[in-house]
Amino acid sequence: MVIEQLRADVFDGAALRADFPVFDRPHRSGKPLAFLDSAASAPKPRVVIDAISDAYGHHYANVHRGIYELSEDATARFEGARRALARFIGAPSEREVVFVRNATEAINLVAYSWGRNNVSAGDLILSTQMEHHANLVPWQQLATETGATLEYVAITDDGRLDLDDLRQRLAKGPKLVAIGHVSNALGTINPVAEITRLAHDAGALVLLDAAQSVPHMPVNVVELGIDFLALSGHKMVGPSGIGALWGRRELLESMPPFLTGGSMISKVTLGGTTWAEVPLKFEAGTPAIAEAAGLAAAIGYLEAIGMDNVRAHERFLFERAWAALSDIGGVRLLGPASPDEHAAVLSFVIDGIHPHDVATIFDGHGVAVRAGHHCAQPIMARYDLPATTRASFYVYNDIDDIERLTDAIDATQRLFGTA
Amino acid sequence: MDNLYRDFILEHYREPHNKGVLEPHDLHFADSNPTCGDEMSMTLLLDEAKQRVADVAFDGRGCAISQASASILTDELRGMSLDELRDLDPKGVIENLGVPIGPARLKCALLGYKVLQGAVIGAEARWPDEADVLAGGSAP
Repeated sequence: MVIEQLRADVFDGAALRADFPVFDRPHRSGKPLAFLDSAASAPKPRVVIDAISDAYGHHYANVHRGIYELSEDATARFEGARRALARFIGAPSEREVVFVRNATEAINLVAYSWGRNNVSAGDLILSTQMEHHANLVPWQQLATETGATLEYVAITDDGRLDLDDLRQRLAKGPKLVAIGHVSNALGTINPVAEITRLAHDAGALVLLDAAQSVPHMPVNVVELGIDFLALSGHKMVGPSGIGALWGRRELLESMPPFLTGGSMISKVTLGGTTWAEVPLKFEAGTPAIAEAAGLAAAIGYLEAIGMDNVRAHERFLFERAWAALSDIGGVRLLGPASPDEHAAVLSFVIDGIHPHDVATIFDGHGVAVRAGHHCAQPIMARYDLPATTRASFYVYNDIDDIERLTDAIDATQRLFGTA
Repeated sequence: MDNLYRDFILEHYREPHNKGVLEPHDLHFADSNPTCGDEMSMTLLLDEAKQRVADVAFDGRGCAISQASASILTDELRGMSLDELRDLDPKGVIENLGVPIGPARLKCALLGYKVLQGAVIGAEARWPDEADVLAGGSAP
């Protein structure tokens, strides 16, 4: 494939900062905030904050219960958010979208509900060496409890999934392949459609941790062919406390509830209970009502920009940032160099300087980055690193942030005398 | 934040005191900082009465703050009794470091202290309570 480098950006990221009140907040460095930690969580635009306030102020009652106008209004808006999210990820039906707290809970839902009923001793589950702990620890727990085996697809030196290793492990007939779409620690974009085809040929279901992809690129569950998808609202300029599991309808219908209680029942007697239809079967208790309104507003904000444009903008910034950091002596970048395979998440190490020191010194220059193991300690072990520094970009970032980043690297190397 | 990286901190980072592993030793413990995964170990040699620290060394890789803090802390330990080690005040460890430590870097600054406590009690020690250690202190 020919890699055509974008010559110009598709929109003015810096101009979008006016939509995000956090950029008005004075930083203790006295400099404007260069926010490069969106892979952890994204700032919120005013429309999202206002939607949450409006939900509480004018449309708030419990949902799915009250026989009165306000509850009907709240319910219609809550279900409207579900429809918006279903449309956003290309789900055939909004009934396949289950609201949860975050991607972690979505994955746990599948591990507990599907896993405990479909995986038993001797079965194989495949994950990868690249996963966030959220897509790793639930499978370790499932394997420990059921006596199943958990294996990890290897990653190459340049941070790709090793597809030959995947094929060999698929030949053993795993029940499930749990993979991330975009690595939060390396930035790698995995070839999900191809992996899913291979997994399905081997008779395995595919769960996709899309926490790092849905906010940043068009994601369509039908085109990818996957069986489950997990996402978090807070990484896509939406509120914290709401995320979603998407699952193929027949799978969700075959699964028992994860959490039980109110809202998720059809009929309860003291002798037993029947469950509500999906997705309500999986939504026990009062859900995140105002957060759903905020999530709908976040989706509206991203759709107004256009997810193709978001991806193109981030690709442009990735290329410029990768080139700029590659030119700095003593800086080592992780992950594939190709913008086709790398999201705008740059994980790097600076020789002789610990990432925690890097992040602290950057903060003194108003540059917010993540330092640490990024909840992906097996990746750090794979590359024999204790930690890395990670700069991740989003819609409100622009070329000026790359300059701030390279200036901060220069200042850090000077301070430590390694420049 | 540059006032955190004073020259003496960077000097301790580049040339830490008491770095390495003592062989033989009487006490040994290894622990890690959950935020970054940095691991640190400490070995202590006691005097003939097995009462006081004759020598001490720490090992492992980490940030300038954790390395400087362990370097400065271990300089203070020779001659101290096991009871005195156990009674060390983590707030004093932060004060000895001599630079402003905020909540984000507290675990870095106290990793050496925690490993030392682990060596003394022979099991993983608890992290000191952030509110206790930073109380009254001036966070940067």
